[in-house]
Amino acid sequence: MDIFVQQLVNGLTLGAVYAIVALGYTMVYGIIQLINFAHGEVVMIGAMVAFTVINLLAAAGMPPFVVVLIGAGCAIPVCMLVGYAMERLAYRPLRAAPRLAPLITAIGVSIILQHLAMLVWSRNVMAFPQIIPLTTYTFAGATVTGVQLTIIGMCVAMMAGLAALVYRTRLGTAMRATAQNPQVARLMGVDVNRVIAATFIIGAALGAVAGVMVGTYYGVAQYTMGSVLGLKAFAAAVLGGIGNIPGAMLGGLLLGVVEALGAGYIGDLTDLCRYGLGPEASCADGGHFVVFGSNYQDVFAFVVLILVLVFRPSGLLGERVGDRA
Amino acid sequence: MRSGKWVWAGIALIAIALLLLPFALSQAGTAWVRIANIALLYVLLALGLNIVVGFAGLLDLGYIAFYAVGAYAYALLASPQFGLHLPFWAILPIGAAVAALFGVLLGAPTLKLRGDYLAIVTLGFGEIVRIFLNNLSQPVNITRGPQGIAGIDPVRVAGVDFSRSDSVFGVMLSGPMKYYYLLLGLMLFIILVNVRLQDSRIGRAWEAIREDEVAARAMGIDTTGMKLLAFAMGASFGGVAGGMFAAIQGFISPESFVLVESVMVVSMVVLGGMGNIAGVILGAVLLSFVPEILRWTVEPAQQALFGKMLIEPEVIRMLIFGLALVLVMLFRPAGLLPSAVRKRELTLDRAP
Repeated sequence: MDIFVQQLVNGLTLGAVYAIVALGYTMVYGIIQLINFAHGEVVMIGAMVAFTVINLLAAAGMPPFVVVLIGAGCAIPVCMLVGYAMERLAYRPLRAAPRLAPLITAIGVSIILQHLAMLVWSRNVMAFPQIIPLTTYTFAGATVTGVQLTIIGMCVAMMAGLAALVYRTRLGTAMRATAQNPQVARLMGVDVNRVIAATFIIGAALGAVAGVMVGTYYGVAQYTMGSVLGLKAFAAAVLGGIGNIPGAMLGGLLLGVVEALGAGYIGDLTDLCRYGLGPEASCADGGHFVVFGSNYQDVFAFVVLILVLVFRPSGLLGERVGDRA
Repeated sequence: MRSGKWVWAGIALIAIALLLLPFALSQAGTAWVRIANIALLYVLLALGLNIVVGFAGLLDLGYIAFYAVGAYAYALLASPQFGLHLPFWAILPIGAAVAALFGVLLGAPTLKLRGDYLAIVTLGFGEIVRIFLNNLSQPVNITRGPQGIAGIDPVRVAGVDFSRSDSVFGVMLSGPMKYYYLLLGLMLFIILVNVRLQDSRIGRAWEAIREDEVAARAMGIDTTGMKLLAFAMGASFGGVAGGMFAAIQGFISPESFVLVESVMVVSMVVLGGMGNIAGVILGAVLLSFVPEILRWTVEPAQQALFGKMLIEPEVIRMLIFGLALVLVMLFRPAGLLPSAVRKRELTLDRAP
């Protein structure tokens, strides 16, 4: 039971980050039906910029929270700029093109960003300086760190902020109008290009914060961290129903929990000795014969993605029926 | 259409050039013959992917998984790993069949998805295959995990060992040169299949699906079956290429089958011109020689200018791939050598 609660907490932390990244995918998809493949790289750039700043400030003796806040404060504008440039240069000219065209440029943009980041920050893993004192709380048999609580809290706050933006402001109304029907939105006086650019910028800002959080959580950042994180977040967005903002939040949290619980239990569940099926030699004296160990953790997101797409392509909360091919 | 005579003369010229190429290259060093072999492998892969992406219009971002399946099938059936040493001509069809089976396994549940979803799912599938190859060393050691499988048998046909030098009719042929001719033969075969497919009933069904799936179904085309067929055929060519890769290298590990490789093959198809066989070959040759060209130009140039390496050729190569994808899509969406149909399709102002 302890393991269960512990993995649940770990999963929720990771899931909160997935949810924030997934929001970036789902907002862009909802408005122009583009899978912004390069969004994961934006998250990576956010983490790298923040780590650079945090490493510079680590010796200054400021409170750790302020240092991380300044790091994020530097990462957000950089990512917003990257997000805007991406939309303006690589996606906007292709808005009327067949659907595969912008997807292919998105792959190109992702490769370019990844390797530019490699040029700037080198191949090496950047480590988070030891500035945050380890504070732990015990809760129902599980250990929760201060960082985990902060991440979950921040994510909830950001989701609430985004919901307020989308459902309570003029920009949000314009975004929803554009998502429903760009032509009619334009007739109603909405500057569609500006709304789409704003969507990319907001998504990139969220991505930057997610990058800072995931970097702080794992303590490392590297130029390759974006692609798998991005794929998982995309899986989360699809799980919740792509294009649907509450769906991305739910999908992210669920995926994080599935991944954590899966990694925690798959070894035990696929231990053939438990079922009396393993070979004698391995199972003697309480030995194990594990078919799938926790190193298969990264598979879960993709399996979830495929299962959702096969059995419920509209996702958990999405109402849109799958379009034609 | 120009007179057939000139076309045949051109084809004969290209054929002679291709036949003599390894002799010219081996003057510069056997390494160059090996590079040509790798380029030919990429041509095989790109032609296989062209069936899926170019003909049927299904963007497959996990294509390298089939290459991996073919390579591992060969490695497991002809290496000390299980002590099996099946002959080359038996393994290659097995590799193709296993890869085709994987193609159907992936295709069957996902083909009703819309194009861009399919791209992401295939990408995920590619990653799953790689993760499995990396981890299938426990509890039973099948793939030897990240260490990879070494000591894979070279191709041996009728007593001729492709890894050794031999003299044929008084001409000395090194191992890589023999592989070159083998790959050339395979390439011709796959080109032939591609050409014949393009204008066949199947090829036109694929084209119809690519243009408008709903209309194609209304015309009585079994869209799911046709798409599955495209997947299976593309995958089987990938499997054959993978088997050849394993035989030529003698060693494979999961590192050769990463996502970047999939992206590279997609870049080749896109850059050359989706759906156009000549374009795809051009794209594959161009992009597979890029790293070598960079090694001979960028490195010395940087050494001369700055006295040290500032930017690794590997990074420049990836930046070129990325830029090629973006720029081609923006300015020449049908590729360097566009297929006639594609050109029409992409320049027409189609309402979404």
